[in-house]
Amino acid sequence: MSGYVESEAAVVIDGVDKVFNAGSLDEVTALSGIDLTIGAGEFVSLIGPSGCGKSTLLRLIGDLLTPSTGKVTVFGKPAHGARLDQDYGMVFQHAGLFDWRRVAANIELPLELRGWSRADRAARSAEMLDLVKLPDFGGHYPRQLSGGMQQRVSIARALSFQPKLLLMDEPFGALDEMTREHMQLELLRIWRETGTTVVFVTHSIPESTFLSSRVVVLSPRPGRINSIVDVDLGERTDDTREDPAFFAKATEVREALRADEVGA
Amino acid sequence: MKGGRTLRVVVTTIVALLLVVALWEGYKWMGGQTDDHWPGTSIELPTSTDDLTMPHATDIAGELFEEVRDGRARLPLYLFLLKKGWYTFQEAAIGFSFGLAIGLGLAILMLRWRVAERGLLPWINVSQTVPLIALAPIIVTWGRLNDIPDILSISLIATYLTFFPVAVSALRGLQSPDTAHLELMRSYAAPWRTTLFKLRLPAARAYLFPALKLAATLSVVGAIVGEISIGTKTGLGRAILEYAQRYAVSPERLYASVVGAAILGLSVFGMVNLAERLVMNRTEGVERADRVAA
Amino acid sequence: MIRNRLAGLGPPIVVGVAGLGLWEGVVWGFGIRKFLLPKPSSIIARLSENWPILRHAGWETGRIALSGLVVGIVAGIVLALVTTRFRTLNEGLTPLAVAVNATPIVALAPIFNAWFGITGTLSNQAVVVAIVFFPVFINTARGLTEVHPDELELMRSYASSEWTILREVRIPNAMPFFANALRVVAPLSVIAAIVAEYFGGPQDRIGNVITSNVAFVRYDVAWAAIAVASALGLALFAVALLVERVSMPWRAAMGDGEYTTTPGRE
Repeated sequence: MSGYVESEAAVVIDGVDKVFNAGSLDEVTALSGIDLTIGAGEFVSLIGPSGCGKSTLLRLIGDLLTPSTGKVTVFGKPAHGARLDQDYGMVFQHAGLFDWRRVAANIELPLELRGWSRADRAARSAEMLDLVKLPDFGGHYPRQLSGGMQQRVSIARALSFQPKLLLMDEPFGALDEMTREHMQLELLRIWRETGTTVVFVTHSIPESTFLSSRVVVLSPRPGRINSIVDVDLGERTDDTREDPAFFAKATEVREALRADEVGA
Repeated sequence: MKGGRTLRVVVTTIVALLLVVALWEGYKWMGGQTDDHWPGTSIELPTSTDDLTMPHATDIAGELFEEVRDGRARLPLYLFLLKKGWYTFQEAAIGFSFGLAIGLGLAILMLRWRVAERGLLPWINVSQTVPLIALAPIIVTWGRLNDIPDILSISLIATYLTFFPVAVSALRGLQSPDTAHLELMRSYAAPWRTTLFKLRLPAARAYLFPALKLAATLSVVGAIVGEISIGTKTGLGRAILEYAQRYAVSPERLYASVVGAAILGLSVFGMVNLAERLVMNRTEGVERADRVAA
Repeated sequence: MIRNRLAGLGPPIVVGVAGLGLWEGVVWGFGIRKFLLPKPSSIIARLSENWPILRHAGWETGRIALSGLVVGIVAGIVLALVTTRFRTLNEGLTPLAVAVNATPIVALAPIFNAWFGITGTLSNQAVVVAIVFFPVFINTARGLTEVHPDELELMRSYASSEWTILREVRIPNAMPFFANALRVVAPLSVIAAIVAEYFGGPQDRIGNVITSNVAFVRYDVAWAAIAVASALGLALFAVALLVERVSMPWRAAMGDGEYTTTPGRE
């Protein structure tokens, strides 16, 4: 498909199905026959209408759900092992910060759990705050920050232990358009600086096109991969949004989504 | 900003107190004028307004400085009440601590095993329909037979009243974190205990504190009633009972001791309030805990 | 569906039966002096022996508890409605109400005796009213006032009067709050009535039956009386649940987390 060598693969999803409530009246096949390989350092988006299983797929990668059939391999290990080894960070749609901890303490949470010393934690969280451009907010409480800022803290927390894989589930969904566009650029900058692999779930066509090197289009009932769109627009800037090439790619993604509606 | 708020509270309290005194004296005056009837009617007032039934507020206040006997010594009434109040406070405090521990323990138990929740929670809810207060005499007698000091037996009553709001609200609070938070901890492969300490317990504080305020006041009630029901030698409840019996001789003392009980209740309430201020930062908990409909 | 319901009853029943069994066993095994903590079996025996007295006493106390409960609830609701309509009153009264709720109101019992006389039921009823009133007031007031601003805006856009808003928005909003308060004060009324009896009065009430039997070292009869008192409390609690179910069928007894009468949380 895209010429990634197995050993370089960050995520390999092999023949995965996910069925909920198997055998009972409310059985649901969320995903069916998923095969996907994501290379190290790639930025891949998962897009599709509601019910296509994109969030489910993300959680399968993160071992928050187990596949009914098939297997998920992360950096050469089964997903379960990757979770136990804490190889990845997660960012949700709602920042999910702990209200009772200050911003810095929130960022340090995964480090605490790994037994880092206080000094090391403080140093790392300061680094992270710089990375997400919130250097003076370590002492604030989450409720004192805007939605966009909270989300940035959430990203900082996810990256604090420098995972090789970042899983993001519609992280900018709750933000207004302008903040969103700004955050997209910030995320790309962080991606370039850290070299992390990113799997990004969204239902926004322009967002998926703007951010990724590949867009995986999913269709529902049952959830499966419809097509994959390669997006090579080079390094993104604000101007990219007005570039005809960007528009063309976004259209390609849109058509891929539509194609499913007509009937695959 | 903070200072302004405290000032407002203090002022409203003083005004409220003055209002109460004014109403009291006004009622007495009116009754004096109309011979204990509602003005212009022949309907009797619910209570008599003579000085025996309703002593003047000033008389009550003055009585505080009268000397009373305390064993061999003689003390001004307010000091006497303070001593008794301290004893009652200890009973309440011990009971509260036990109740807190038991309530939390039960909540964590029920959190860990859903079966425990389904089996225990109905009984816990129903437990408060048993008037343990009525058992007070038996409990203290059992204590005396086993050389347990009264102060501990009575604190058991306070414990019984305390554990219930603590258990129920703690369970609610421990179960309150939403899916995103729980998934986060799972993504860290955090074991159950870690999630309990790092996520659930901090989240539960917002739910716990309202219940603790209630529990604190209940522990005082339990202590006082415990003392009353059994003939303990000391404590505010005992003082109230005695002065109730000697009402005809000196009604002011009864009022004074009841006011003392009120102050004790308010004090423990204030203590928990203070603890809450210290433990919780301004921004957390206010919204979600308000969802606790009661 | 029925199976699920019955299955749901399983664990509590198991715990209950186990508890009773444990009780019998402990008393028998440890030879706990029978007069202090009798076996459930002997309590039941005493219960049937003394049934006429206990029934009468239960009725006397139950009457007081129920009448006080009703008056306290009505008073609480009325005052909540009033303070909702006249907001300035609310500002002043609520902190006061919270403060009074924090004081041991039972300590007022001897004062009520002095005011209303010790022989009638009025002084005890007054204690019940005082204890029941505040949780009902505080919680109902909260339910009436803490309405989502969007709903209020909607009603205003229909040019609704305050009265309509009260009827259509506030009262339904307040129902769960009220229901929670009801669950709490129902058994509380029985306890309040019993505690008030400790301060004297006619001896044919259940609280006095308990204390006099304790004084005469007839603990098993005392326990039987306590069982009657518990039954009273349970009955009122069940009535409260019933009222809740009838008035709010959609709520279907929400898993019981929602319990706290909370002074100060208001």
